[in-house]
Amino acid sequence: MFPIPIQKRPLINQISYRVLIPISLLIWLIPLIGIMLTSIRGLGDIAQGNLWGVPSEFLLFSNLKDVFQNTPMLSYILNSFKITIPTMIGAVALSCMTGFALASYRFKANLFIFFTFIAGNFVPFQILMIPVRDLTYQMGLYDTVTGLVLFHVAFQTGFCTLFMRNFIKALPNELFEAARIDGTSEFNIFLKIVLPLTRPAIAALSVLIFTFIWNDFFWATVLIQGHHAMPITAGLKSLNGQWISAYHLLSAGSIMAAIPPVIMFFLMQKHFIAGLTLGASKG
Amino acid sequence: MPSSTQISYRKSSWWKLNQQRLTPWIFLFPGLVLFLVYVIWPIFNSLYISLLQWDGLSPAIYVGFSNYIELLDDEYFYISLINNIKWLIFFMLAVPIGLGLAIFLNQTIFGIRLIKSLFFFPFVISQVVIGIIFAWFYNPRGVIGPFLEAIGLGNYAILADEDFATYGIIFAGIYPQIAYCMILYLTGLNNLNTDQIEAGRMDGAKGFSLFKNIILPQLRPATFLAIVVTVIGSLRSFDMVAIMTQGGPWGSTNVLAYYMFETALSEYGYRMGYGSAIAAVLFTIMMFYILFFIYRMYQSEKKGL
Repeated sequence: MFPIPIQKRPLINQISYRVLIPISLLIWLIPLIGIMLTSIRGLGDIAQGNLWGVPSEFLLFSNLKDVFQNTPMLSYILNSFKITIPTMIGAVALSCMTGFALASYRFKANLFIFFTFIAGNFVPFQILMIPVRDLTYQMGLYDTVTGLVLFHVAFQTGFCTLFMRNFIKALPNELFEAARIDGTSEFNIFLKIVLPLTRPAIAALSVLIFTFIWNDFFWATVLIQGHHAMPITAGLKSLNGQWISAYHLLSAGSIMAAIPPVIMFFLMQKHFIAGLTLGASKG
Repeated sequence: MPSSTQISYRKSSWWKLNQQRLTPWIFLFPGLVLFLVYVIWPIFNSLYISLLQWDGLSPAIYVGFSNYIELLDDEYFYISLINNIKWLIFFMLAVPIGLGLAIFLNQTIFGIRLIKSLFFFPFVISQVVIGIIFAWFYNPRGVIGPFLEAIGLGNYAILADEDFATYGIIFAGIYPQIAYCMILYLTGLNNLNTDQIEAGRMDGAKGFSLFKNIILPQLRPATFLAIVVTVIGSLRSFDMVAIMTQGGPWGSTNVLAYYMFETALSEYGYRMGYGSAIAAVLFTIMMFYILFFIYRMYQSEKKGL
């Protein structure tokens, strides 16, 4: 254990540690606490500068109602789901296949293709921006959810392939060999042996992709223009311009944007962290 | 009858013979094609566009390297480049701070799991939301300004200050990055080799020397990953700048990622060629890191094979 377990320290250290932890957490989360407190306030509190004290009125629901009635917030949220879920399914499905191909077969171009996926994954978005926008335009998919999903699936396939390939590579090879000797076709090896075993990797990738895509702002700005297809990140940005000092509404909207990934994280925490820290414990 | 069975037998035997060779390509096909079309080809296409003068609509004119030559004289390009360097340097602080937090939290007391998740929160939330929160904090009628006024220091709005606005944005950007580094190190600390630590302690290693000589070398993979994701994060500063200042005041908070977007796709005109040249510079910087990362992965692959 490093550092030495607190239980082995003198009592005074133990007590101060236990006091320090919640205090530091409180300080760390000040920005998020601030926005939560503000979302329940009314304009009066904000104008008077009562930002940290007890709210004089509890207006969370009326603020939310305001947001949903006077802005396309509901449509933003629905669009975010329409973009995020198909991307998640598409990228995970494709990368199960590419990952399997790169992990279990030896052929000349194998490592080259694998490194192409990795390299593409780290590229700055700006170098893709103009051609991707142009391509989407020419396919008639500019300003549509489909156009954005197609790009997201393609790009995320890079990261997912890296992940899947390493996961499948770590599975015992004898399993495949035994099945081959039994005459199982390659396709059935994939369906009946590999897929069931990769379930934890599929779960980890799904939560990660959900969060990445839900939070995407850049591509939503580049490939979407109208409110009909805009996800919540881009929607919030446009509301940010309109509500110059309506912080209570902006906070309520921000919270709506934050809730889905936060729920996803809490439900799938183990998988989320396993996915994110891939490689943090070994070479 | 017999001939048809013979044919199907032949077919299946051809397939059987080549199954091992063809299967990987069948499985690779959809993913690889999509990736080549949407990621690999656009890189080369952008490099080509950077040699053009093009507004996206009228016919493009080939202008050679004149976009790059123009960059050399562009004041805003230098401001953006210097800001990128500032981002890179200050972002690196996320690595040691994340390590410190991880060490602080690596205990087993009641509720620690929940506390660790709450510390991780900022990373899960969209950068747009983080940017909105910090912009509000910095606003003269927001949080910090009125607070400074109340304690008699006078109101101050960092995002309106040409000299310091960038630091205000970097501070907001580093907040979720610290959480990311922390989680990488928590995983690393979890997988430490206990025997080595005990042996070190037996030999009288304590405090900082134990940390430096025994713990830190074992955390190398976590450190490597933390540095890689932090470098990439620092170069992807687009979201924060777009939300908090849109490059202002007077272009002082521009970074290459945002400046590129602004030249190519905003009211300042649609200069696709010039924008691509900026993107090419950003890409070249990133390429060093990509190659370094790939080289390291290649080394470990060779060991693995």
